Amino acid sequence: MNVITLKDLNTPEKNTWCPGCGNFGILSAFKNALVELGVEREQVVIVSGIGCHGKMVNHVNVNGFHGLHGRVLPLATGIKLANQDLTVIGFAGDADCYDEGWDHFAHAIRRNIDITLIVHDNMILGLTTGQTTATSQEGFKTKSTPFGSITPALNPVAHSLVSHGTFVARGFAGDPKHLQSLIVEAIKHRGFSFIDVFQPCITFNYLNTFQWFRQRIYRLEEAKHDYTDRQKALEKSFEWGDRIPVGIFYREERPTYRDGLPHVKGTPLTKLPLEGLDIVPLLEEMM
Amino acid sequence: MKVNDLSVLIGGEAGAGITRSGYLFAKACVRGGLYAFGVNDYQSLIRGGHNFYVARIDDEEVYSQIDYIDLLVALNAETVSLHRGELVPSGGIIYDEDDLTLSPETLKREDLKFYPVPMKKIVMEELKEQPIMRNTVALGAAVALVDYDLTLLEGVLKDTFKEEVAESNIRAARMGHEYVKKNFQDNFEYRLKRTETADKRRLFLTGNEALGLGAVKAGCKFYAAYPMTPLTGLLHFMAANDREYNMIVIQPEGEIAAINMVAGAAFAGIRAMTGTSGGGFCLMSEGLGMIGMTENPVVIVVGQRSGPSTGLPTYSSQGDLRFVIHASHGEFPKVVIAPGDVEECFYETIRAFNWAEKYQLPVIILTDKCLVESHMSVDPFDANRVKVERGTLLTGQYNGEEEYRRHKITETGVSPRAVPSTRGAIVRTNADEHDEYGYTSEDPEITTKMMDKRMRKLTCLAKELKERGIERTKFYGPEEAEATIIAWGSTKGPIREAMKLLKQEGVEVNYLQVLYLLPFPTSVVEEILNKAKKTIVVENNKTSQLSGLIREHTLRDVDYKILKYDGRPFNPIYLSERIKEVL
Repeated sequence: MNVITLKDLNTPEKNTWCPGCGNFGILSAFKNALVELGVEREQVVIVSGIGCHGKMVNHVNVNGFHGLHGRVLPLATGIKLANQDLTVIGFAGDADCYDEGWDHFAHAIRRNIDITLIVHDNMILGLTTGQTTATSQEGFKTKSTPFGSITPALNPVAHSLVSHGTFVARGFAGDPKHLQSLIVEAIKHRGFSFIDVFQPCITFNYLNTFQWFRQRIYRLEEAKHDYTDRQKALEKSFEWGDRIPVGIFYREERPTYRDGLPHVKGTPLTKLPLEGLDIVPLLEEMM
Repeated sequence: MKVNDLSVLIGGEAGAGITRSGYLFAKACVRGGLYAFGVNDYQSLIRGGHNFYVARIDDEEVYSQIDYIDLLVALNAETVSLHRGELVPSGGIIYDEDDLTLSPETLKREDLKFYPVPMKKIVMEELKEQPIMRNTVALGAAVALVDYDLTLLEGVLKDTFKEEVAESNIRAARMGHEYVKKNFQDNFEYRLKRTETADKRRLFLTGNEALGLGAVKAGCKFYAAYPMTPLTGLLHFMAANDREYNMIVIQPEGEIAAINMVAGAAFAGIRAMTGTSGGGFCLMSEGLGMIGMTENPVVIVVGQRSGPSTGLPTYSSQGDLRFVIHASHGEFPKVVIAPGDVEECFYETIRAFNWAEKYQLPVIILTDKCLVESHMSVDPFDANRVKVERGTLLTGQYNGEEEYRRHKITETGVSPRAVPSTRGAIVRTNADEHDEYGYTSEDPEITTKMMDKRMRKLTCLAKELKERGIERTKFYGPEEAEATIIAWGSTKGPIREAMKLLKQEGVEVNYLQVLYLLPFPTSVVEEILNKAKKTIVVENNKTSQLSGLIREHTLRDVDYKILKYDGRPFNPIYLSERIKEVL
């Protein structure tokens, strides 16, 4: 197997993110994670939604599908079910995944499809120049909520834990080394892996800045958190305010969706022949 | 005495197994060499309400139900009150005096024949079975009344149910049969007889089943769908057969998920399909546009029902033609095929996958409730008539000298298609406008070139259809006729029946069935418009959407439009009368 280098993952595309954007930290952590894992580029598919994060597909030289707003997970699910040998990673934004695509998020978790979801969570809609999202803080003032958001933020980590999530983590774009380790573990995990990544939007989110996060976050592993305990993970997921945990909240091995389909366990569907299928037994039933 | 020409209606409450009973009776007829058409009518509820199934049996091919009923099998009182007006003179009613008492006086019909059968009593007291078994007693009674071969019904029961249940049903059928033979003089004027072609086995199946068979045969490996009438039957068919044919059948959280999953599966390189009705297709339309933009081969079955909105959830319509053709924002190529019978459901589904893969675009199979839920008898399908064609599909290894470009601009518009895991190729696609490599682009020149490339595929497909003589239309009836009917989809059955009736009256009409609505077969339709003495468009919608399409493509108006939009199909006599009105 050829060992890939960071250079192999570069694309000629000009990057159009704002200088200093949190997306750069995620991009670098992801590429480094792929190098660390030693994957074959042809065996990796990345899927992205719509928003600033969506351009990930332009900046990593692996197979990619830049899809629709909110629909990263069903798209990634279809790809993985068609060919289980592929390593499939979905990138979504907070509005993308937690607003437009929340239903898919809920169902992908419980299905435990063997894919990884990385959410660029900047708590604001960036590409549409600054409106509130599902994870915007209550009281947060944006162009669409000039008097402050009047609804509390969703808690994706807690939600994931109560929906039978098997790999639930949170990272910080300002700490790409740590994020890289989370991504490596997430990709290695057999089942649906979810990483919510704090990704400060330096242009539109005046509240949740790099500095804001740095003052608050601490690593779960340093706090000796037991990630095999779902109840404890749930308690941790509600920590917000002065101290906010990052790291792996919870992890368990559970059969994946595909494990429930014994008839397609072996060869990927993409390799099955299409010709010569015998439908006579079916016709017989209809006579 | 009328032999081998019978229209029988079985009616009762929802939940009483009405459709199943009608189907079993008709299937027994098909096994005796007769032709059958069965249509079910039910409401959007699970218990109560009124359900019925009309089986039309004949020794000639039948394409639809007929306007009248010869034999009414009433499993409740309502069936009689609702359908007595459709009974022909000297028609018969099988009923249970436990439900209602009938007399010529109360019905104000001196001509009708009454066959009270104590179905409930037989089931509860003699058979000691569940009340639902009444249906089978009624079937046995009906077989006795028309003097048909009971062993054929017994055979169907045996093949349909598990052993124990089959035995109970056979006992019930025999009791009903015996009761009629014992208690009623041989005075019913209709007979069904085994025909000489009884050994020639025929299929008796719904459009949903034919679509499913086509998909299985085409090598569809992924079906994602959310239940929605009338396409739910297709989901059930696919799910029942996934293990045998190595398919993944998934019922996701909704239609939006379904279309995106299918897009993912097709991108990864397998044949993938979804199915829904108008409302679900509304939700899919964003995904449809993405499939067009990313040049992804996907097959979508749409089963129309009455709209707008929830409309009449369990009734039929042809109101979505324009919607389907124009679905999703922006401009992109797609194919729309509208089968008119179960055979076309089968063969066109295989073709749909071929066009989807060869031209890397979405193909929509446009059907409706009447087509997908009605049963039709037909000669066994030729499983090898339509071969699998996958187009320029690269798997394994890409050996090109230059870097692989998923959206390479070519003369035909079709780019060689690699799938992820092809060695030496990075496959990148994009719902944003993109360059040949799949990178996002907002460049005006690239935008123009890419739009031209995608749209060119439809021109090339139309050319291939023409060169290979793939029928985009079908023509029925004599060359010379007083009028030409132009129609699409499930109206085919009633139209062909109406043509038979008109012929008997010495009126010759012919009929052009438009099978491919997109790419529209303009030259054929133009030729027909030139030749026809009068043109009549027949459609189950309010605004005659086909007439609009004809106008759009040929700049010509049709002469007459016969439209019906009450959720129910055209009946042949009604249709033939409407045709005569305009002649």
